[in-house]
Amino acid sequence: MTDVQFRFRDDELAGDPAVTVDSFFDQTNATAVRIEPGEDARALLPFLGRLQLIEVSFPAWTDGRGYSSARVLREAGYTGELRAVGDLVIDMLSHLRRCGFDAFAPEHGLNHADAQAAFDRWDNVYQVTGDGRAPIWARRHG
Amino acid sequence: MYKYDQYDQQMVDVRVKEFRDQVRRRLDGSLTEDQFRPLRLQNGLYLQLHAYMLRVAVPYGTLNSEQMTVLGDIADKYDRGYGHFTTRQNIQYNWIKLEETPDLLAELAGVEMHAIQTSGNCIRNISSDQYAGAAADEIVDPRPYAELLRQWSSFHPEFLTLPRKFKIAVIASETDRAAMKLHDIGIQMVRNEAGKIGARFFVGGGMGRTPMIGPMIRDFVPLDQLITYCEACLRVYNRYGRRDNKYKARIKILVHELGKDEYTRQVEEEFALLMEQGIEPPLAELERIKAMFADPAFETGASDDLDLSDPDFRLWVERNCAQHKQAGYIIATVSLKPVGGIPGDASADQIRLMAQLARDYSFDELRVTHAQNIVFPHVRKADLYTVWKALDEAGLSTANLDGIGDIIACPGLDYCSLANARSIPVAQRISERFGSAEKQAEIGELKLKISGCINACGHHHAGHIGILGVDRKGVENYQLLLGGSEGADTSLGQITGPGFDEDGIVAAVETAANVYLRERNNGERFLDTYRRIGMAPFKEALYD
Amino acid sequence: MKILTGNDLKSGEVVWWDGDHWSKFVNSAADVGDRGDAIIAREEAARRVVSAYIVDGARDENGVRPAHIKERIRALGPTVRMDLSLKPGDPDASNWVI
Repeated sequence: MTDVQFRFRDDELAGDPAVTVDSFFDQTNATAVRIEPGEDARALLPFLGRLQLIEVSFPAWTDGRGYSSARVLREAGYTGELRAVGDLVIDMLSHLRRCGFDAFAPEHGLNHADAQAAFDRWDNVYQVTGDGRAPIWARRHG
Repeated sequence: MYKYDQYDQQMVDVRVKEFRDQVRRRLDGSLTEDQFRPLRLQNGLYLQLHAYMLRVAVPYGTLNSEQMTVLGDIADKYDRGYGHFTTRQNIQYNWIKLEETPDLLAELAGVEMHAIQTSGNCIRNISSDQYAGAAADEIVDPRPYAELLRQWSSFHPEFLTLPRKFKIAVIASETDRAAMKLHDIGIQMVRNEAGKIGARFFVGGGMGRTPMIGPMIRDFVPLDQLITYCEACLRVYNRYGRRDNKYKARIKILVHELGKDEYTRQVEEEFALLMEQGIEPPLAELERIKAMFADPAFETGASDDLDLSDPDFRLWVERNCAQHKQAGYIIATVSLKPVGGIPGDASADQIRLMAQLARDYSFDELRVTHAQNIVFPHVRKADLYTVWKALDEAGLSTANLDGIGDIIACPGLDYCSLANARSIPVAQRISERFGSAEKQAEIGELKLKISGCINACGHHHAGHIGILGVDRKGVENYQLLLGGSEGADTSLGQITGPGFDEDGIVAAVETAANVYLRERNNGERFLDTYRRIGMAPFKEALYD
Repeated sequence: MKILTGNDLKSGEVVWWDGDHWSKFVNSAADVGDRGDAIIAREEAARRVVSAYIVDGARDENGVRPAHIKERIRALGPTVRMDLSLKPGDPDASNWVI
C-alpha cells in the first residue's frame, strides 16, 4: 500500500482498501477497487454509484492504458476519487490530472517542488478531456 | 501558411521550459537514463551512433523562409554545418549536445518551430502532400485539416504513452504523394455526392518489419466530427493495441488481428460515446485556420511561356517541375540527390540559399517532401530560369526527380544505432552508376528506396526497387525487392531471393534495370513492366 | 579483449574506457576483462557516460580493432563524411571499417 502524495479533493480519504476487479465482482459491498492496465474500465460502469475510490494501476509509466481507463470512467459520470498508483513520474502528472485523476500515490515519493511545477506547467491546453478546462479553441472563439 | 497566435506560441515556449527542466534533472542525477529516455524521445532527441540527434518537426512539410534560414543557422551553430531532411518531411541534426539542446529549442520557438513528438510512442508530426495548395489536382488544401490535427495531437494527455509510435498523413487529391495508405491513419479529404468536403479514413497501414496497406474504415467523416473520429481511432488503439511485444505493437497489427470490421465496429462504438462529450472544435476554428492557408497573391495573367533554349534548364524543367493550379506558375522541386551525394543532406549555406530563393520567388514558402527533397510551391514561370541558375551555382540543380538517382535512403549504419548495414554508400554508388542524365532519362520513373534495417525508415517495401540492408554474421548484406509502390496504386515489394554484398547489390540494380529496358512496352514505367511480366524474368537475370 | 564504449552524457561524443578515463580514441581502449559491468555501473551512476556497453575487440599492429563494424564506425565517424571523422586527412581510413 503506497501513500497518497498529492490529492485534489476535499472529502475524506476512503476507508476501505481497494480490492482487485475480480474480488470486487464477488463482493456486494466493496466501495473501492483497483483496476490493472489490461482490465476493461467499462466493466465497472454499472457500479459507479457505490464506488468511492477507483485506483488505476501503472506498473510502468510508459504503459498508457490507465489514461483511457480514467477518461472512460469520468465520461460515464464517475465523481469519486480516481487515484493513479504505481510507477508515476513527475513529467506525466499534469497529463494524468487532465485525464481525470485527482489523487496520486507514486510508489517512490516524488520531489515536491518539481511535482508542483509539473502540475502547474500548462496554462492552456489544446483538447477537451473532461477535466473542465476550456481548450484553446474555446478561448479563441469565446 | 499558418501563423501562431499567443496560445500556440505559449505552448512551444512552455515546452522549451519543460525540456530545460528535464535536462537539468538528468544532468543533476534526479533522472536516470532509463527515466529520461522516453522523455527526451517525446521531444525528438535520440542518442545515435556518434552523438545525440535532434529531429525538428516540419508540420505537414511546410516552412517559410525565415524558418528555413534558422534551420540553416542552427546547422552552423549547434551542429556541423548541415542538416538531413527526412522521409517524414522533418529535418534532423546529427551532432547535437544534450546540454545545448534547450537553447536550440528556444531558437526554434522563436520562429514558431519545435521538436515536439517527433519521436516516442505518441502521435508524430502530421505529414501531407508536398504540393498542397499548389497542385492542379487537389480538391482542397489538406493542410488546414493537418493543422487542426497538429493542435489536437500536441500533448494530448491520453495518447502520450501509446503502445508504439503513431503516424498520420492527410492528402486531398487522387494522386497520393504522401504514401498515405502506409500510415497508421491515412486521411484523404474527399467531396461527397452532396458536394460536401469530408474525410476518408484508412487505418492500420505501415512499413516496418510487417508492412501493411491500410484498409479504409470510413468513406466519409463530416468535418465537424473529424477530431472526435480520430480520438475514437486512437482510444481503441491505446486500450487494445498489443504491449507484450514491441514488434507487434503498431496499430496495423491490432487492425490485422481484430480484422478490419471488428476494429471499425469498436471505433464506431467509441465514436458514438465520444460524440456526447463535446470534444470537437467548432467549424469556426477550422475556418480560422483555413483563412491562413489562403492562396498567395498570384499575378493574374502571368505568362505561361518558358524559354527552354538552355538544354540543361529544359531537362530540369521536364524532370523536376509540376503543373501549378494557377496559370503562369509552376511547382519546382529541388533535388537533394546530387550524383554521388548523400540523399536528403543539405549544407547550412544551401539551406539558407533555398530560404532566400523562396522569399524572392515562391511567396516565402518551401516544402519538404517525403522523398527528402525541397519544393518551391509557387514559382512564376517568368522567374523560373533565374531560380534554376541560382540553384545550379549551389549544386542544387540535379534533374532526377522520381528517377533512379532520386533515391530515398535512411541514415543507415553510418549514423543510426539501430541499423544493420550502411544505406548511404549504396545510394551513392547506384546514383554514380546511373549518373548520366541520358541514362536516367532513358530509364524514366524508377523509385529506388534503401533501408539499413528492417524498421524500413528508407521505405524499401514501397520502392519500385527496394533494398534492405541486413547483418550477416557481422558483414553487410543487401536484399533486393521489386514491385513496391506508395502512390494511389500502393503495393508492397517482393524479395527477389538471396542477398548481395555491396558490389553485388549495385550490379543487381543495374541488371534489374536492364531487364526492364529489354522487356518494356511503349510508355511503360519500370513498375508497369514488373507488374506485367512478374518476378521470373528478373530472377533469371539476377541468379542464373 | 573486452572493451567498453559509450557516449559522453553532456556532449554525446563517442568514448572508450582507457582504464582510468573515457577517451575519444579507440586505440586508448583498455582490456577490462570481466570488470566491464562494474565499471559501467559506476561510470553511469557518476553521470560521466551514457549507454555504455561491452564489445569484443582485438589489438593488432594498427591499434585496437572492435570486432563488429558498428563499433568500428563509432570509432571512426560516418564513412560517408570522412571530413567529420577522427581521421579527416586519411583517404584510406574508411577501409579500416570494413
